[in-house]
Amino acid sequence: MEQQQPSHHRQAVALPDPATLKRLALSDSGFVFDPVTGNSFTANGSGLAILRQLQGGSTLGEVVAALGAEFEVVSPVAERDVIEFIGQLRNAFK
Amino acid sequence: MTAPRLAVAITGMNAVPDNPGAGLAVARCLREAHGRGIRIVGLGYDALDPGLHRREYCDSVHLLSYPGSGAQALMTRLAEIHEAEPIDVLLPCLDSELPLLVGLVPDLAERGVRTYLPSAEQLAMRAKDRLAELAREAGVAMPETLAITQADFFRAAEREEWRYPLVVKGVFHDARIARNRDEAEQAFRAIAAEWGLPVLVQRRIVGEECNLAGIGDGRGALLGEVMMKKRAVTGRGKAWAGISIHDEALSDISRRLVAALKWRGPIEIEMIRDSQGEYQLIEINPRFPAWIYLSQGVGRNLPDLLLALALDRPPPPLAPPAPGLLFIRYAEETLVPLAAFERLMIDGQLLSDTSSK
Repeated sequence: MEQQQPSHHRQAVALPDPATLKRLALSDSGFVFDPVTGNSFTANGSGLAILRQLQGGSTLGEVVAALGAEFEVVSPVAERDVIEFIGQLRNAFK
Repeated sequence: MTAPRLAVAITGMNAVPDNPGAGLAVARCLREAHGRGIRIVGLGYDALDPGLHRREYCDSVHLLSYPGSGAQALMTRLAEIHEAEPIDVLLPCLDSELPLLVGLVPDLAERGVRTYLPSAEQLAMRAKDRLAELAREAGVAMPETLAITQADFFRAAEREEWRYPLVVKGVFHDARIARNRDEAEQAFRAIAAEWGLPVLVQRRIVGEECNLAGIGDGRGALLGEVMMKKRAVTGRGKAWAGISIHDEALSDISRRLVAALKWRGPIEIEMIRDSQGEYQLIEINPRFPAWIYLSQGVGRNLPDLLLALALDRPPPPLAPPAPGLLFIRYAEETLVPLAAFERLMIDGQLLSDTSSK
């Protein structure tokens, strides 16, 4: 597996609130439900994988590495996808 | 010889699609808890109230005099019904009848009819024109609200930093969103004509509407809270789909409000969760909401809990909070034989042996 190096860009990415991530109910179908707000949304396979990593307390680097390994994508692509998805998560949990 | 079944009278059978009363949902909760072990007496104000014709929930039904006819007329009618078929417990479900009914509690009790209602003062404390005072006392955020008596207010509203859209509300009922001065003045006139002065003007909060239903024990505790977030609304902003949620922040705010009121009886607390995630108090209703059947679904049958409290019986067990249960309303026609409708129109009642099937 490719060694992950923290980049300046990556350090600037704020992860969603860990308590919010922890409470999410994730289904294998990709259906995600927040029991506190009642909001629900669907995530594709890579989104679900990112959410599971974040729920497990992984750092951004660890999430990128896991995503790259699971979906066989090169690190910059995985990193771009993760950062984009995290941005969507932040908007969803504002 | 078998003991007569417990008779529970329930008002608010106007389960109309755009703004349903809670009575039919309360009856449904009690029927599911007790089956035919209780007798449900449906009370309505109009022979076309849909709940009156759902005979699987109402064993018998009666028409009441409108609250506008006054407390004495209401008491006389309730006494007639009680004479025809004795009522053990009365569970009112409409805002407009509560000011009259709380005054009739001693009279009803003397006749053997139990209730579980707030006092007149508690009722007044959560009224729209005193809600801001209550919110301050309980430390709960609420959108700024002004009581106005003249439509001229809207001429200078924007200069006074009251920007559109605004919410224009009646003291008792009705709330309309006004997007400009014309709409605001129109709303003011319509609401003032129907509900009187003052009219309330409230800053509009954008966010997600989350409501909590529960029962106050009269000593400051909130029992059996059930929370719901609206997922889809009608043109009048009423929920036609919602989902059970559980948020400690909403629960905590509601407990503070109920403690400040020392509320006794069913209650619905309407809040908006704004874009910052803060809850803003919108309204407190002195009764169960029309979505109360959700409480049965999540294992917290609040109408059954209310019945137990009214009867001084041990409360039924309540399940832990269960977020993630949806309700979705739908429209369905109930077929009513002309003979049953005629009876209700002419006699003001339909007893179980003359009911339509």
